[in-house]
Amino acid sequence: MTSPKRIGKIEFGLLSPKDIRKMSVRKIIWADTYDDDGFPYPQGLMDLNLGVIDPGLRCKTCDNRAGDCPGHFGHIELAKPVIHVGYTRLIRKLLRVTCRGCSRLLLSPEEIKKILGPADEFSEDLITEKDIKKERVCPHCGEQQLKINFEKPTTFSEVWTEEGKKTEHKLTPADIRARLEKIPDEDLRLLGINPVVARPEWTILTVLPVPPVTMRPSIILENGQRSEDDLTHKLVDIIRINQRFKENQDAGAPQLIIEDLWELLQYHVTTYLDNEVAGCPPARHRSGRPLKTLSQRLKGKDGRFRGSLSGKRVNFSARTVISPDPNLSISEVGIPLAVANEMSVPVQVTPFNIEEVRQMVLNGPERPTINAPCGANYAIRPDRRRLRLTDINKETVAEMLEPGWMVDRQLRNNDIVLFNRQPSLHRMSIMAHRIVIMDGKTFRLNPAVCPPYNADFDGDEMNLHVPQTEEARAEAYILASVQENILSPRFGGPIIGGIHDHISGIFLLTHGKRWFTKSESIALLKHCTPSHLPDPEKVEMGVPMWSNKQVFSMILPDGLNMVYKASSCANCEVCKKELCERDAYVKIFDGQLICGTIDKKSIGAFDGAILNRIIRQYGMAKGRQFIDDVTKLSIRGIMHDGFSFGIDDEDLTRTEYGQIDEVLDTADSDVERRIKIYQEGQLEPMPGRTLDETLEMQIMQVLGKARDRTGEIAGRHLGLSNSAVVMAVSGARGSMLNLTQMAGCLGQQSVRGERIVRGYDERTLPHFKKGDRGADAHGFIKNSYKSGLTPTEFFFHAIGGREGLVDTAVRTSQSGYLQRRMINALQDLKVAYDGSVRTTGGRIIQFTYGEDGTDPARSAFGDPVDVKGIVENVLKEEV
Amino acid sequence: MEMSTTFDVLQHVMVPDHKIMSEEEVSDLFSTYQITHEQLPKIYHDDPAVKTIEATIGDVIKIVRVSQTAGRAESYRLVVRRPKK
Repeated sequence: MTSPKRIGKIEFGLLSPKDIRKMSVRKIIWADTYDDDGFPYPQGLMDLNLGVIDPGLRCKTCDNRAGDCPGHFGHIELAKPVIHVGYTRLIRKLLRVTCRGCSRLLLSPEEIKKILGPADEFSEDLITEKDIKKERVCPHCGEQQLKINFEKPTTFSEVWTEEGKKTEHKLTPADIRARLEKIPDEDLRLLGINPVVARPEWTILTVLPVPPVTMRPSIILENGQRSEDDLTHKLVDIIRINQRFKENQDAGAPQLIIEDLWELLQYHVTTYLDNEVAGCPPARHRSGRPLKTLSQRLKGKDGRFRGSLSGKRVNFSARTVISPDPNLSISEVGIPLAVANEMSVPVQVTPFNIEEVRQMVLNGPERPTINAPCGANYAIRPDRRRLRLTDINKETVAEMLEPGWMVDRQLRNNDIVLFNRQPSLHRMSIMAHRIVIMDGKTFRLNPAVCPPYNADFDGDEMNLHVPQTEEARAEAYILASVQENILSPRFGGPIIGGIHDHISGIFLLTHGKRWFTKSESIALLKHCTPSHLPDPEKVEMGVPMWSNKQVFSMILPDGLNMVYKASSCANCEVCKKELCERDAYVKIFDGQLICGTIDKKSIGAFDGAILNRIIRQYGMAKGRQFIDDVTKLSIRGIMHDGFSFGIDDEDLTRTEYGQIDEVLDTADSDVERRIKIYQEGQLEPMPGRTLDETLEMQIMQVLGKARDRTGEIAGRHLGLSNSAVVMAVSGARGSMLNLTQMAGCLGQQSVRGERIVRGYDERTLPHFKKGDRGADAHGFIKNSYKSGLTPTEFFFHAIGGREGLVDTAVRTSQSGYLQRRMINALQDLKVAYDGSVRTTGGRIIQFTYGEDGTDPARSAFGDPVDVKGIVENVLKEEV
Repeated sequence: MEMSTTFDVLQHVMVPDHKIMSEEEVSDLFSTYQITHEQLPKIYHDDPAVKTIEATIGDVIKIVRVSQTAGRAESYRLVVRRPKK
């Protein structure tokens, strides 16, 4: 292996006409490509000296065949010089800082010294355009300077005022080149240009390099016609105009025609270099499509850098729609048979496995059912030749098989694959799963692994990659498998855990005290790991009964001690602990749930207190097993009772509707009263606020309170028998606010945190009086989603909704770009063995990783040691 | 008006402690991290704190600051000339 080298310096320079001629193998003069026999014209754009792309021909320069010949540059002698569009900025700068007569820098030696500072700092500072005053007199030859005008894309002109009239004189590229040629080397160095590698006159082209045919191959269409590359098309244009220009020049054509042709040549060279220059109509293909010229090949997302060098396409990958399967383990992924048949893993044939592999070859490439043993797609001979297996040749190939061969075996259950969903924002976006071959055409995954991928099933697609070597598989399994990624390095807690129905289910199962018979208990636990029921907690009339807490405790490991408050905790001032009427005080003693309800705080993704503790106390494998058990138990739990939500779940009684109306009426009159006080000029402004601001704040406050009051009224009626309340209390989905808006009142709609004020002159909609400051006129919605909105309310709701939509759209694009820049800056940093963070060059960024050397994934929600948790585990009580 | 000479940036609550390291300290540092001076983080010679402690180009400065994660964190910087523009 070669040892790593350090890059000392990179030199940027320009190609001089001399260089271009030197590297050229042929002068190109014919605009045509191939003759009628399909043979390239000598000195044409497809000249055989420029390299070969047709099989069978040999390159006239290097004598290699197509594929081996790297291609060689040619050149076109331009009739007159033209400007290179990429350097117009530099040309403008140089024209403005140098004299139009003697081409010296427009500064006297004293002035230069003043700008650059003391002699020892000479190399650091450079002279810029700003250092030179406009239209001054040259300190060297006394010539009066003129203003240089630059017009995009490539026109330069001198402007001066003559007898009060502005006069403009166009500079031809030849004029400019003559000026640039005269700039002395020392002056260029002061401007930061190294004249050895980049004389400024080289920015004006006199000779154009013709790229090798290998970088602009022509393709042969189905009908036998040749289709040339965009670059070739453009070069044809350039040569054609160039030839015409030359002929006209030799014939002594009038100046006007010469100028027109010159400009045309300039246009073609400009679009050849960059077809997206401002102020220049893009050159188009016959079909009307803009040509993809040099700059377009490099630029942008699909350009050479981002598209071909930083990003590549890979084999052994599959992509399809995802759908949920709660019966899978979180470490598994279900894949369709069609995918498993197409993708393969190479197996080395040895004396120990030859019979097994032979059977795979005999099974052939078509696996009929998901339970059939896997087949093989290719056999690779020791000389690396691949034999595609078919039903016809599989027997013969199986005969030939011997140690030293390789066989591409189809995927089978338990193979390790990498599973990925874009955007891959963190490392949990790519995790290793074990495959399970399934019927159907989608990838199947346990809904509990949705949070790390940020996946849902509304049509999301995901990618799958098959590692091809033992080493890659081991690495994927040890570093990237799902169980190793339960804890997120983002906040030091579990990112995988129960979601939605898992939480509702476990909440319903563990809330309060319930009793199950033996058959019920077994039905609940039948997909979980435990295989024996403990002794029943009570026997009622000869029937043994197990409590719901006992059933849940089955999936907890022994020796687990925890005390904490569930997310259904109402944060009472004095905690009643075990006697909590919400059953929100969770106490686990030696793996037995003593009291409390299991909800989002215990098993949810992002929270998962129990899960977190199990991982720290018993390891990743136990943690994975707990997630599998708890998701299966909770799904059984939710199925035991059934769980649904419908329009009538938002119904309240007449009393509540009366109370809500009353609250809203009071709020309305309160707002009116405050407006009246304001209009009478009696309102006291709050400190630092104007009168208007004070009134607005008061109104917002009154209306906000009114909305909350309606929520309380609705909440009083809707108890834990209501599914939405169960979901909100357990933390599964939604909040009491959502419920308020469904059953009570939608409340104030806002734009930028204020009541809606935009619209017509002094009013939001023509339905209101001018200057109306009332609640209705500024977007307060009295109705609920259930009762339905009035037309004006609906419109205000749409206004508020639009703001939310725009915000998310803007935020995602901004944070995406921010993240891209940050990743580009940080991607090559690594933690060295001494704990320091270094660049690839060994330069130190941090002397200790994170200043405390703590792996955030192993931290307790950011802290290096979970002192409270450890103490509680030992004392077995809350600290 | 003359610039007030009494203001000391080092006294400000948000400015961490800067100290010039002795030659032995610097060579110890280089051997513990197995680095040369090029691999150290840099600080400009005209940084207000650097000017206050009168460090010159080529000196290594030890900075001790309050850290959110570790409580106290040490870092070392090489004084370099600020490139113009």
